Amino acid sequence: MTEPIVTFKDVHKSFGDVDVLKGIDLEIKPAEKVAVIGPSGSGKTTIIRMLMTLEQPTSGDIFVGDQNLWKMEKNGEFVAANEKHLREVRGDIGMVFQHFNLFPHMTILENCMTAPIHVKKEAKKVARQRSIEMLEKVGLGDKLDNYPSQLSGGQKQRVAMARALVMRPKVMLFDEVTSALDPELVGEVLEVIRDIAKEGEMAMILVTHEMDFALDVADKVLFLDEGVIAEQGSASEVIEHSKNERLQSFLHRFRS
Amino acid sequence: MITISAIEEIFPALMKGINITITVLIASAFFGYLFAFIAGLCRLSNNIVLRKFTGFYVEIFRGTSLIVQLFWLYYAIPILFGIDLGSDWWAGVIAIALNYGAYMSEIVRGSILSVAKGQSEAATALNMSRFQRMRLVIFPQAVRMMLPEFGNYLIQMLKATSLVSLIGLHDILYYGDILRSSNLSQAPIVYLLVLVFYFILALPLIFLTRKMESISKKGVAS
Repeated sequence: MTEPIVTFKDVHKSFGDVDVLKGIDLEIKPAEKVAVIGPSGSGKTTIIRMLMTLEQPTSGDIFVGDQNLWKMEKNGEFVAANEKHLREVRGDIGMVFQHFNLFPHMTILENCMTAPIHVKKEAKKVARQRSIEMLEKVGLGDKLDNYPSQLSGGQKQRVAMARALVMRPKVMLFDEVTSALDPELVGEVLEVIRDIAKEGEMAMILVTHEMDFALDVADKVLFLDEGVIAEQGSASEVIEHSKNERLQSFLHRFRS
Repeated sequence: MITISAIEEIFPALMKGINITITVLIASAFFGYLFAFIAGLCRLSNNIVLRKFTGFYVEIFRGTSLIVQLFWLYYAIPILFGIDLGSDWWAGVIAIALNYGAYMSEIVRGSILSVAKGQSEAATALNMSRFQRMRLVIFPQAVRMMLPEFGNYLIQMLKATSLVSLIGLHDILYYGDILRSSNLSQAPIVYLLVLVFYFILALPLIFLTRKMESISKKGVAS
């Protein structure tokens, strides 16, 4: 049995008085593709934001491999992680955002090259070459010197994926990456995700409203409802055969 | 009467002051921007002492008049504390720089805060350190937003340099005052020419500000 690359143990998260997540337990294996679905406000995005260290859990533990993400050992006791510890542990995780968050003052090539050079200390030449290859792979090899403002939403999102992929993450997080796109641009982005998924080595967590896509790509689907994982299993189990009423009514809204 | 001969007489006299006006402007702009960046970043620091201290500096210098600050630096501080700023030139430069640095630190702070939160999050997702996020992602975007305002304050600083004539520095206005006191009837033409001098000096700064505005429009987060 392979060791999980990501483990959540009884993770809670509240914002002020609002309990968004009420005890999440979760294991993700290397190379596993997991889709997270559920009504808006159910805490889907919060799960992956905590894994990316953008949000601190209120209680519980998150492990990347066997390392505790938010806690570190100090004199035999576990204390809140500092910046250095977070950087060490989150290095294997990458993320693509709903609103792309490309760096507007850099060309798309620079967007991709900057982190490998400064974070991974790669030689500029190597980082440049790898970034060009990655941008070619997402179909933007002819836009290297363009600025993000000159691209369409779908192109921006493909750059964002290339930028994350150049860092060679072992786990890639997708936060509703097609939600901010015009309908006719959704396809090109999903196609790239599908290609990445086929290559297989990387675990992926997709927070998505694209049910057919989730069914197609994901090995496992989680249905999140009112702060807990209400249903999980293979895509066909969850989406097609579940008896959970809230899940059925949630899916019904998408199918109608 | 405004005559050509009067202008011919006054113009070279005022020219003598241009050196001081320009050197005071350049030096106080340099130190003003420097203080603005230091104070602006300190006000965003996690260290509460640093934050309060710079907040105090900013409010004191924004809340009192530049000319009184100038007199304090030139007359009062040497007597009270025995600190000699070296020369009246330095007193003028430091006063203008501290005053405008306080104003411009708010621009630095505001610009950094107004860079979209998603930018910092994307940088975190690429595993950048706090310092790298600031240096590579936040700061370059914030500076673009600061440029037009910095240009406006540069023009204001040029006009503020005329105050140094009050502590005896020989700038354009100082020579204008001398001419007027030797011949009061020439006051209108003297001060008209002083205005023209400042305006001509301001022209390239106005042009520079426009240029900065167009630079800043490029490459800022949507």
